[in-house]
Amino acid sequence: MTSLDRLRGDVQPKNHNARTIAALTANPGCSRRAVMDAAGIDKSRLASYIGFPARFGQSQFAITRGNAFEAQLKANGCAELLRLLREALKLPIEEASYDDLESLEQMDARAARSRQLLTRAASGEEGAGTLFDHPLLRLEVGGRWVYLEPDLVALRTGGKFYVVEIKSFAVIDGQADGTKVSAAATQSAVYVLALRRLLAEAGHDPLLVSHDVVLVCPENFSNRPVATLVDVRKKLSVLERQLSRMARIDAIVESLSPDLTFDLAPDSSGVPQRPASELVDGLGQVDARYSPECLANCELAFFCRHEARGTTASLGKSVREELGGVSSVELALSLASGSASPEPDQEEAAAMLRYAAKLRAEIVS
Amino acid sequence: MTDVLPGVLADLTSHRGVVVDSPPGAGKSTLVVKATKEMVSSGQLPLMIVAQTNEQVDDLISRLITALPPGVVIGRLSAQGYVPTPRVAAHASVTVGSKVADLGPALIVIGTAAKWATLNDGQWPWAIVDEAYQMRSDMLLRIANRFDKALFVGDPGQLDPFSVVESERWNGLTWDPMQSAVAVLLRHNPHLPVHRLPVSWRLPFSAAPVVSQAFYPFTGFSSGTGDGDRRLSLTTASFGGGPVDAAVETAAATGWALYELPNRHTLRTDAEAAAACASLAQRFLERGAVAYSEQAPDGAPVTASRIAIGAAHRDQVAAIRSYLPPSSEITVDTANRLQGREYDVTIVLHPLSGRRDATAFHLESGRLCVLASRHRHACVVVARAGIPELLDAHPSTEPVHLNVPVKFPDGWEANQSIMAHLNGHRVNV
Amino acid sequence: MSALTALARASAVQAGVAQPIATVRHVHLSSRPLVFIPLSLAGEAHAPLAALVGSSVESPQLLVVPQPRNRDQRFGFAATLAEILVSYVDSFCGETETVAVDRGRDVRERYVDAPQILVPNGGGIGFVRLFGRSTRFRRTTGEWAVDPAVPLLGRWLTFFAERAEYPGSSMLVSMTGALGMHWATGQSSVEDANLAALLGWIAPPAGMTGAEAALEAEDPLRWPPAGPATDPTFDNEVLAPAIESGSLSTLEKALRDQLEPTWELMWRGVSLLRALPAGSRVERRWADDRGAFTGYVEYVAEGGFPQAKLDVAVAAAQRLAKLERAQALYDAQRAYDDPLVLAEYRLTGEAFAGSVVASSPDRLDASGKKRVLRPHITVRSDDPVRLGPGVTVVSPARPAQKGRIVSVSGSDVVLELSGGMGRGLTAPPGSVPEVGERLTYTTLTESYQAPAAFPSRDETPWTHGGPPAEYVPDNEDAAEEWS
Repeated sequence: MTSLDRLRGDVQPKNHNARTIAALTANPGCSRRAVMDAAGIDKSRLASYIGFPARFGQSQFAITRGNAFEAQLKANGCAELLRLLREALKLPIEEASYDDLESLEQMDARAARSRQLLTRAASGEEGAGTLFDHPLLRLEVGGRWVYLEPDLVALRTGGKFYVVEIKSFAVIDGQADGTKVSAAATQSAVYVLALRRLLAEAGHDPLLVSHDVVLVCPENFSNRPVATLVDVRKKLSVLERQLSRMARIDAIVESLSPDLTFDLAPDSSGVPQRPASELVDGLGQVDARYSPECLANCELAFFCRHEARGTTASLGKSVREELGGVSSVELALSLASGSASPEPDQEEAAAMLRYAAKLRAEIVS
Repeated sequence: MTDVLPGVLADLTSHRGVVVDSPPGAGKSTLVVKATKEMVSSGQLPLMIVAQTNEQVDDLISRLITALPPGVVIGRLSAQGYVPTPRVAAHASVTVGSKVADLGPALIVIGTAAKWATLNDGQWPWAIVDEAYQMRSDMLLRIANRFDKALFVGDPGQLDPFSVVESERWNGLTWDPMQSAVAVLLRHNPHLPVHRLPVSWRLPFSAAPVVSQAFYPFTGFSSGTGDGDRRLSLTTASFGGGPVDAAVETAAATGWALYELPNRHTLRTDAEAAAACASLAQRFLERGAVAYSEQAPDGAPVTASRIAIGAAHRDQVAAIRSYLPPSSEITVDTANRLQGREYDVTIVLHPLSGRRDATAFHLESGRLCVLASRHRHACVVVARAGIPELLDAHPSTEPVHLNVPVKFPDGWEANQSIMAHLNGHRVNV
Repeated sequence: MSALTALARASAVQAGVAQPIATVRHVHLSSRPLVFIPLSLAGEAHAPLAALVGSSVESPQLLVVPQPRNRDQRFGFAATLAEILVSYVDSFCGETETVAVDRGRDVRERYVDAPQILVPNGGGIGFVRLFGRSTRFRRTTGEWAVDPAVPLLGRWLTFFAERAEYPGSSMLVSMTGALGMHWATGQSSVEDANLAALLGWIAPPAGMTGAEAALEAEDPLRWPPAGPATDPTFDNEVLAPAIESGSLSTLEKALRDQLEPTWELMWRGVSLLRALPAGSRVERRWADDRGAFTGYVEYVAEGGFPQAKLDVAVAAAQRLAKLERAQALYDAQRAYDDPLVLAEYRLTGEAFAGSVVASSPDRLDASGKKRVLRPHITVRSDDPVRLGPGVTVVSPARPAQKGRIVSVSGSDVVLELSGGMGRGLTAPPGSVPEVGERLTYTTLTESYQAPAAFPSRDETPWTHGGPPAEYVPDNEDAAEEWS
């Protein structure tokens, strides 16, 4: 049993997917999240059990709409998608052929079949296909193989592969929500990376996979799809950097107490028996780097926020900075009022805080 | 340089516009002056010249006066109330006026973009737009009807223009008014020729590859001088050999030094770092630094006016200045204001020093590029330890907008690249 | 975020209640604002689901789209909203006043009051913008005809959304934005986006701290989201069955229950803001809003086109120039109106406060052709002075008078004054600050800036793609699917 298995306890690891790999870039300074994800711990379950459930519910209306949109695009052998891609990528009509890789059930078989089809296409074989629906790719993340499933991979004449990502948020007059596009771009970059590594392993040029991904969204207020090319080069470089740093997790794990575990100790019917307080103590042993942005990104955020109460970080990064980097609210206020005397390395911050407090006091009485 | 100009001018006869990208110190101003001279002698007149600040206009005028044949009148278009600087006013071939009609027979008219934008009529067959990457595209929109053809010259690696207004309204539009003039020009006219000045005459052999790789990863440039062509020697002995001396010596010997203070989160006006910047600059003077170069083969003393200290924020500049004697002639300024300037030695307060997290402002590649590319001999970077860790912990969650071309270099990567290089020149405090 | 606001946030944590960061109110508040709380259906492209709307706390009107995916019902919703909103807007097209424009060279009429829409949050503004976009191009005749009120609604919504981008405008205001400008809570700005949590900090219920009230406010069962996005659990457990049931009353009850708590919060926010005294320049900015409103009423009456989907190059540059001028003016006006805002500039060195320690009110400058009155005063600053010689500063107490910094030695700043002293060579009594007077000087200026000149759209230069094609609303806009 590895240290990571011990941390997780006796349950199946929660596997990484493109979204969780993308999350590696959302708060890469957080050791807690890094360890939890590396060990495959179900953060959502853990957070609920200790009384801080995540709020990432999905509305059935959104799910229905997303599925309907993808189904509409892929109906009749991807007819509608193909029309779009022809415009966006100048795919020639006669070369269109379609491989549905979702129908295979076995993961390994799907991955093998995907690799076979994609590498055959990369070598420019006759009739090797132009559209690959839900191919299964693999990427090594922190020593574990993770299966990834892009919506679609398209191959253009001249042998360039394009990752196609289907999203149900709207593009209105050529513009879309920048946060959603960013998330889609990061996820797509994970697929680009996996596909590049697949080709490289098979002796092909990894740059056959374009750094432009095709984002397909509904246009304006309709169901009509629109395709936009999104350049993911920056996302790729960040991802590669963070993946290469996964090794540091070993160092973090080694620094933890050898009997630390986040095992919920479920009984035979699956009901956790572990006292929540033990888990909370355990979490306290792994440093978090909480900021309010975590609330939108991490299942443990509400716990971390609770833990961070009274810190300037919990008020936001810019507040902490404006308070001279002093980490606790209480200390910042005592320095401002002069009731605490600063350590030598706090003197500048204290002087600034006293000045700010003086100005406030002068006006707000 | 001599290679580039004929091609540029030839292209200008067959295209409405030509862009010349110039990395730091690659002879941009020289190109503008020579191009003007060529255009005068071939009769490509009248010519309008656009610069971005009054200082740039006056700099150009004084260079043009010496370069152009006598008798060529230069009209300086200026705002009402502008008092000509002595170097402009003293010259008989320069006329000054706030209206074109007041400039007399000038075949060359030069002014800031803001001044040109106040003109409602007039048409010049030829134009040169200097520092075109510092100009916002809405400014170009206001002046572009004044010329038929234009040569755009500038440094793509410097700071982008900005706005006090935050709006996503124009994201992705090819005419986004917040983009630089060159970006918009090229998106509408993708077939315009783009030339590049390939050689930096400012940056020494030790700096050109570092700056080129970090900030100009796709185009690249080299230094005009070779290994050993420039030398910085210290003529007096060190005072006790502390880290300040070690950093000065490292920089003199290798062209770079990283003066690394202990890791600590500080106010941005970090007193210790500010004081270090000032004492490093002063130490170059105290050590009697002498610069040997192609311009001064027998050596020229590095005087205070040949040293600059650069920082990201104005309050940092004020803090650093407070550690220098009031009479000091050492330049201390922000990256914005150091654009286009050149020194023998620079001291740089790293924008990320002492920070707990980076913002887009602090990561902007142009800011670090300006700071790390002002020197002819040596650059000392002052920073608290921990910047590489900060970069690694930086969340990558900036919004992505559709149809907005990705800008390179990325500040995060450029910072990694520079820190990796500086690591080999580190002096721990 | 300034250090003063950061400190106020820290104080709020300790005090358990939000702290003021303004001494006066910087937004205009109408005597009868139209409160509008829209909800949209999750996953759909900005499809309206319901709204609570009205201009008095006692009479909210509930609008519901029984089948959100039904196109006709959506346009029915739009038509009903149009009836409410357009008649609200029309109610201000009454009394006018005559005002000088173009620096006194001309006059025009301006309505004495104007509409004001209040939405809960930034998402509400986004809804107004996109709902305006999806309705303003609709045709009222032909195959895809909609109620004539629908495209008019679209234009007005677009007008309001564009005003909301304009710094200092109060025509379309988000309650979280307005409250957040006046109070600092003990939580982050991310959490302040929740109206219930924000108000929990500003006015916690008796016996609760702000932190406790905010925590409770995050429970969507007690405090449903203020929209436009709904709570996913509500969608799955209440809304979906209610839609399926086909019973309009069930659906209306479910949606009313989601919206009413926010309705209460909106009006509580209105009362809190009303209790603050208005800054002296708020009325001036509202006059600009009234001018913009009058102009748009006239434009619509003259049969102008709906607002374009995108700004063409010239329009974009013009708009940016306007927004930049407005931003600079708004920053200056808030600082002039409010010593607490001005203090932020003192902290960053863009302003300093002090007492006059020397004054030579009769000093003349004889260096030019004509002698001019240029008094010198020396101000001993309480604040570190980071401004240098040559910089021009103004005191909010004497906005018509400029001071040029002559020298700074230690905390003493010598200023050369011009303006605000009549035309003679002697300063009228009181026009030059006297020894002992306390003043704050800042680089912020509210002085008139001439608008920039731009080419006409037909003269769009080649660098920006040349003149754009004329926009003509087409069938496609009218037909644009809405699913």
